[in-house]
Amino acid sequence: MSAGSDLNIDYVANLARLALTDEEKARFARQLGDILHYVEKLKQVDVSGVEPMAHAAPVFNVWQDDVARAGLTVEQALRNAPAQRDQMIAVPKVLD
Amino acid sequence: MARDLAYLSATDLTGLLGSGQLSSVELVQSCLARVQAVDGRVRAFNSRDEAGALAAARASDERRAAGQARGPLDGIPVGLKDVIAVEGQPLTCSSKMLANFISPYDATVTTRLKAAGAIPLGRLNMDEFAMGSSTENSAFGPTANPWDLTRVPGGSSGGSAAAVAAGELPLTLGSDTGGSIRQPAALCGIVGLKPTYGLVSRYGLAAYASSLDQIGTMAHTVDDAALLLGAIAGHDERDSTSFKAAVPDYGAEIARRRGPWRLGVPKEFFGAGLDPEVGAAVQAAIAFYREAGCEIREVSLPLAAEHAIAVYYLIATAEASSNLARYDGIRYGHRAAKAKDVVDLYFQSRAEGFGDEVKRRIILGTHVLSSGYYDAYYLRAQKVRTLIRNEFAAVLQECDALLSPTSPIPAFKIGEKSADPLAMYLTDIYTISVNLAGLPGLSVPCGFTTGGLPIGLQLIGRPFDEAGLLAIARAYEQAHEWSQRHPVL
Repeated sequence: MSAGSDLNIDYVANLARLALTDEEKARFARQLGDILHYVEKLKQVDVSGVEPMAHAAPVFNVWQDDVARAGLTVEQALRNAPAQRDQMIAVPKVLD
Repeated sequence: MARDLAYLSATDLTGLLGSGQLSSVELVQSCLARVQAVDGRVRAFNSRDEAGALAAARASDERRAAGQARGPLDGIPVGLKDVIAVEGQPLTCSSKMLANFISPYDATVTTRLKAAGAIPLGRLNMDEFAMGSSTENSAFGPTANPWDLTRVPGGSSGGSAAAVAAGELPLTLGSDTGGSIRQPAALCGIVGLKPTYGLVSRYGLAAYASSLDQIGTMAHTVDDAALLLGAIAGHDERDSTSFKAAVPDYGAEIARRRGPWRLGVPKEFFGAGLDPEVGAAVQAAIAFYREAGCEIREVSLPLAAEHAIAVYYLIATAEASSNLARYDGIRYGHRAAKAKDVVDLYFQSRAEGFGDEVKRRIILGTHVLSSGYYDAYYLRAQKVRTLIRNEFAAVLQECDALLSPTSPIPAFKIGEKSADPLAMYLTDIYTISVNLAGLPGLSVPCGFTTGGLPIGLQLIGRPFDEAGLLAIARAYEQAHEWSQRHPVL
């Protein structure tokens, strides 16, 4: 397992699409360094041959019948949109 | 209103409604008056639908007058943590990101509460997106502990716990990902139940960590927590992790199960970091069960005790980084006013909309899922999770339930731990492994510190054996008077 100092906060913040100030970068890097140092302890556990566990529910592969049913109306779906026009969500220009 | 209804149990209120001594309108008005009197100091509520609640109360009274009351919850007000959707009402998750969001639909638990005649009266404060243990991470300011207004109520369901403890509401719903129902219940001196993963639908619960999140009940008494659970539990086809199992009549099941029980005490849950007064109160509770004829067994959960927090903060933050990617400023939620282009809009909207703890967890979760780190962090955590689940399964084969402290410490001062995230995380040491294993857990009041702060006893049960867990907790509760004590506000 890698040490906490391996955290490249610029790289990760870019992946997360999160703009951080220089102050936040320094503070989060220090705090997350503490946490990553703490989780290093998992290296002590012998996990050879252990299956990973995604969740605790005794249910798998749940399928629904492919049947049309009523959903939100356009008005309901757009009610929380920050900007809308002609029953569509308006966004800044994507392509030049 | 002449009677002081503030601390009556939901079960007692049901009796008064049924006998005609109380109307639902009077009850809702009484709650609103109590909120008016104390919530300026407690700050449990993010929003209230007073007109809607009074209209629902009138409808309930009319049903009852016509002999068509829907059951024990008809006419009873219930508060919902502000992470559970109520159609037409705000759903903020205590985040600037959703400050203006209005739910377009009801969560399944909300639908079921309404069908039972219960009245959703308000949405309660929490740590932003349920990330925290103190309710200090709310964008709208912290909730205070009703027992000491300078202290935290716990979190993340701090508003839900404080509203009950302050006598503002008889029943509330919370959500629990690593202890977020049980820990605030303990710190506020009430009952909090986190059901088995899969018992209660998560449809309409804003997701934090999907493999761990579970909605549960908070109340003055074990019976009340069971009553509310019965209304919300059961399979829902809109949540693919919801379990197809018959929901028992919890009240009848609890009455039927009288023990004595075999109870395990995990020795590692009484080690360093446990406040001596908390430890003494929990030991006294264990002694009570022994004297009541229960067999007390020392058991060992070394991996859960040593590694649960590390496993949790890898798995929960990984899931959070994925779940919270939906908040991008495009379809709903906060959108930054100034952005160069659509990608910059994501960056700026998320920077402005999320608070510090949410940003920290997104960064951590993104890091542990990123190329080169996935196997070392996330996959290893999932494997240790398997070992922790197996450890619990082994001890619960020989025990009906496990007993431990809920929180290692009583309510701490507002601001005391907010600069040190790791210190805050360590307060969840006894609750967090229960979510990893998907088990039911319950906190019941078991005493007070010399300073007058509540202490909680945690009971951990077998999967889908909420009835057994509730019965064991009730046996303790009935023999003690902790739930009769209330803060002076």
